[in-house]
Amino acid sequence: MNSRDLILGRVRRALADVPRDDTPPVPEQPGRDLQYEQAVDRSYLREHGARSVAETVDLLAENLADYRAIVHRSTEEELPYVIMRLLAERGPQYVLVPPGLPPEWMSAADPTRVHDRAVSTPRELDKVTSVVTGCAVAIAETGTIVLDGGPDQGRRRITLIPDHHICVVRVPDQVVASVPQALERLDPARPLTWISGPSATSDIELDRVEGVHGPRTLEVVLVSGE
Amino acid sequence: MSGTFVGMPAFPKAAHEAVNNATLRGNLRHATHTIRAKRAKAVGEISDWAELREAGKRIKDHTLRHLDRYLTQLEESVTAAGGVVHWAADAEEANRIVTALVKMTGESEVVKVKSMATQEIGLNEALEAAGIHAYETDLAELIVQLGKDRPSHILVPAIHRNRGEIRDIFVREMGEWGRPAPEGLTDTPAELAEAARLHLREKFLRAKVGISGANFMVAETGTLVVVESEGNGRMCLTLPETLISVVGIEKIVPSWRDLEVFLQTLPRSSTAERMNPYTSMWTGTTDGDGPQTFHLVLLDNGRTDTLADEVGRQALRCIRCSACLNVCPVYERAGGHAYGSVYPGPIGAILSPQLRGTASEIDASLPFASSLCGACYEVCPVAIDIPEVLVHLRERIAQGGRATRDGNTVVLKPAKGHAAERAAMRAARWAFSHPGALGAGQRLASRTRRFHPRTLPGPGRAWSATRELPTVPAESFREWWQRTRGGKDATK
Ligand code: SF4
Repeated sequence: MNSRDLILGRVRRALADVPRDDTPPVPEQPGRDLQYEQAVDRSYLREHGARSVAETVDLLAENLADYRAIVHRSTEEELPYVIMRLLAERGPQYVLVPPGLPPEWMSAADPTRVHDRAVSTPRELDKVTSVVTGCAVAIAETGTIVLDGGPDQGRRRITLIPDHHICVVRVPDQVVASVPQALERLDPARPLTWISGPSATSDIELDRVEGVHGPRTLEVVLVSGE
Repeated sequence: MSGTFVGMPAFPKAAHEAVNNATLRGNLRHATHTIRAKRAKAVGEISDWAELREAGKRIKDHTLRHLDRYLTQLEESVTAAGGVVHWAADAEEANRIVTALVKMTGESEVVKVKSMATQEIGLNEALEAAGIHAYETDLAELIVQLGKDRPSHILVPAIHRNRGEIRDIFVREMGEWGRPAPEGLTDTPAELAEAARLHLREKFLRAKVGISGANFMVAETGTLVVVESEGNGRMCLTLPETLISVVGIEKIVPSWRDLEVFLQTLPRSSTAERMNPYTSMWTGTTDGDGPQTFHLVLLDNGRTDTLADEVGRQALRCIRCSACLNVCPVYERAGGHAYGSVYPGPIGAILSPQLRGTASEIDASLPFASSLCGACYEVCPVAIDIPEVLVHLRERIAQGGRATRDGNTVVLKPAKGHAAERAAMRAARWAFSHPGALGAGQRLASRTRRFHPRTLPGPGRAWSATRELPTVPAESFREWWQRTRGGKDATK
């Protein structure tokens, strides 16, 4: 017997005491699993507290900052100058950009743009210290930004190897209040990276130290539509 | 099970050694108290904690009760997304599969992100025997690996090392493994972290094979989830060409939506954060992004035996947050190593004897390494009634009874008169004679529990007081302590 059948057989024998499924199927909704739906009580909240849209954005800014991300606010028009300034402060020669980053975002920036090509090796990318991306969604309650590899975010590695990540969040469109709301918006088929502040460790006597492997500086620009 | 630390002394002896190690004790006390206070705050921040806890419990219970169905569903969805699924009945088989997969790539080194499942099966040792170097990349695991040591805490495995010791280990060992520690390295945490960053980056950038575990697997979508802090997980999951994930079969949740529960409870209960710095989710392979080959090794290794026990199976709900360790007075005194397994603390005391059976002295003594105060149950985000399982296991060790081993029903003999009995007795005595761990003002909520043992079932009856078994009082451990010793804490 192969191990697959062995394990599944053991599981079935182990569950001999569990009554068989006798919940009637719902013919008009094939695929619906009533037994599962009834098994789980979802009386927990969809979001914590009632907030206006502006308050939700404020909470996002607050929680991002609480986990040591550096938060900036800008309008669509100011954005290229904000990005220019943030890059100038660190003075990198090159900046990584994903293929679908709106070109106007980088229109005022000085450093030479480097595109991540499939053939680029991690070692080559390691020479670039800054990266600019958009995001898929941002979660106010937890101060989290989520990347899903969309055209303005690029491959996962480009936001991982550089030491400085500038992430642009369109507010309020890309902001949700809570984790449940974020999952509703996300597509599990895409590779997802949830980021809450710069990388950190508390492994040495529980002292929090920013940055072991991911970017040690995370700057989030909240850009509003008008 | 090859993950057993061979020759491990039974709990009380190992615990005794730990108590005499002042550094370990000081570090542990500081750590558990720090995390405990922070965690209470993070949990208190959300008003629906009780509902989330209940939902988490039910999702896991439902999954376990239909595990065969969800396993086959997961296999289908991972395969459809471009992954390859393997099944491993035990540690030996899992190690064989992973070793063969690494050999197929032609590589002789792999980078690893901390995974309890791979520690459980002793994967690093198995790879080493096949001439493959496995580099641990979690800072704490690196400290443990360089220090030729064992982890002592689920979440902070190097909790028993202070900064001075870590500096010495880095200076002494890093050069042996790759890039040496920077000249003049001091013991500030920031410098130590920088040294680890430099040392490991070299390995990440050239790695062709990554090995991981997973916190969750979604049956519906085939998605795997790794929750972490440092970014070494992202490195291992993203940069290599081949990714091999070894995951226990109990890590499944049915649907994508179920993550909304655990992504709220796990970070808060574990690191006391609203959200941990990084969470990676991947579904099979993605063209042009990340590893182009993905293998999932589904691990049994005693889990189906645990599932067969109607009382004990709830241990499989565990999401490894480590909150139960941090509140446990016995863990605080004894340290993680005393538990003789990769799963220390209260969860280890119920999981190891079920995964491995209770044939060895250490495993037979583990269920007795507790005062049944109930603090672990109170904090558990999936409401595992650890004291209930402890008592159940004690009864079976003392009186014998039916259990499942390797899928077969076996009848265990009573431990009476055997070495296991003596080990168990010593563990129980140890747990009861070291109450100094309970700090003033600590809340132990046994009053609210439905479960109030008056005496130890089984051992309490079978073994009389002449065998020096302390009976469990109906009052909480702390109340009992205050009443009998007037709260005088001689050990502090
Ligand atoms: S038993 Fe509960 S509290 Fe302990 S590690 Fe597992 S989930 Fe966390």
